[in-house]
Amino acid sequence: MRYAYYPGCSLESTAREYDLSARAVCRELGVELEEIADWSCCGSSPGHCTSFWLSHALAGRNLALAEREGMDMAVACPACFLRLKNTRHEAMANADLRKKLSEILGMPYQARHDVKHLLEIISSEVGMEAIRDRVKKPLSGLRLACYYGCFLVRPPKVVQFDDPENPQSLDLLMEALGAEAIDWSGKVDCCGGSLSLTRKDIVTKLVGEIVAAAEGVGAEALVTACPLCQVNLESRQKGGKLPIFYFSELMGLAFGMREAGAWFKRHLVSPVALLTSHGLL
Amino acid sequence: MQFISEQVHQIDPAFSQKVKQMADTPLDRCYQCLTCSLSCPVAFAMDYLPNQIIRMVQLGLRKQVLTSSTIWLCATCETCVARCPQEVDILRVMDALREMALGEGEEGKEKVITTFNQTFLQSVRLLGRQYELGMLLLLKLKTRDLFTDLILGIKMLLKGKLKLLPTRIRGSKEIKAIFERTKGEV
Repeated sequence: MRYAYYPGCSLESTAREYDLSARAVCRELGVELEEIADWSCCGSSPGHCTSFWLSHALAGRNLALAEREGMDMAVACPACFLRLKNTRHEAMANADLRKKLSEILGMPYQARHDVKHLLEIISSEVGMEAIRDRVKKPLSGLRLACYYGCFLVRPPKVVQFDDPENPQSLDLLMEALGAEAIDWSGKVDCCGGSLSLTRKDIVTKLVGEIVAAAEGVGAEALVTACPLCQVNLESRQKGGKLPIFYFSELMGLAFGMREAGAWFKRHLVSPVALLTSHGLL
Repeated sequence: MQFISEQVHQIDPAFSQKVKQMADTPLDRCYQCLTCSLSCPVAFAMDYLPNQIIRMVQLGLRKQVLTSSTIWLCATCETCVARCPQEVDILRVMDALREMALGEGEEGKEKVITTFNQTFLQSVRLLGRQYELGMLLLLKLKTRDLFTDLILGIKMLLKGKLKLLPTRIRGSKEIKAIFERTKGEV
């Protein structure tokens, strides 16, 4: 399994621990991630909220670069994932758009290669059996609420991954690691990430509701696959007690990777006490 | 009836057609079931609910729609799109409305959000990637709000969560060309 890897801007800054853990886990599982040379920002929400063509072109540059390498793309950030997948989706369905996109980019783009999120690659292609085989330190007793957020599962027509209302992939993955994935109501609720820096009042309310829903079912931590959700949920929760993990960090921990301790030190809400109480650190 | 004539005067019959064309979605199918508004996490803060915006677009209420807080508060979470029984791509409608509002210089009621979007894209235009620390400082200066999240920012710096120095990609000229070529394209 070889992929053109698109980390996205957050993985170079707020979410370095996601990048480090994702690369380590993929290496262990035999998923080769070849970082796309000179990748650029996907445009994110400011892009598509500003201009249709700017948004498609910013995503399109990266798609065209990956196509040149002849590989499907593996994306870490769900927000980048949707921007890239959406542009590919439109380009596949619409020859005029594809043509105009190539003109804007000054690069050929044929929409030949798929765009996948890392979680999709790990749950569908690697599979739970291979993951169970590698668990050295089961996460027994750890009670987790799996938080999918928006762009991993929506809009279903574009992302074509898991169920948009009651997804299971993260839950199954956490159970394969030996943790307890609790059923809860907040799985696909929006944390308001795109408004985190502009309307703190709205975001504090949305994050508060998600945290309360998770704590209400007895979760000790949240697990996410999104760097924007992770930093938003950590920084906008009141009291700052509920740790927010990346799924890849918990995989690394369960696989017995020594470097996992360093990832957890980077969190704004420290998970160290929780993990120590379960004998995992 | 002064009130009615004023309202009629504000109707722009071409508006609905233009939005439909830009958003490429059959918004006339909307039968006002309110699924979008009941699903919307930000509806409580909006001046018009998403279903009301769709109706107002159908009616040609251009000015009210383009100056609404709704089009900027929409968090782009895609919940309405996933749930609409009539398959109206409400997010594409919102994107089209935002692009129209910007094109017409409508500042709207959420200037902090448009300023954020602009600042974010400036960083991308210059460097090819996001440079969070620079973007945050510039946003603080532009919105004259220096102290909100100061402690959070320091904590993030100490945790190494904000890169100190920007890096520019080799293809930054290509990015600049993308911005030039898509300027004013609708």
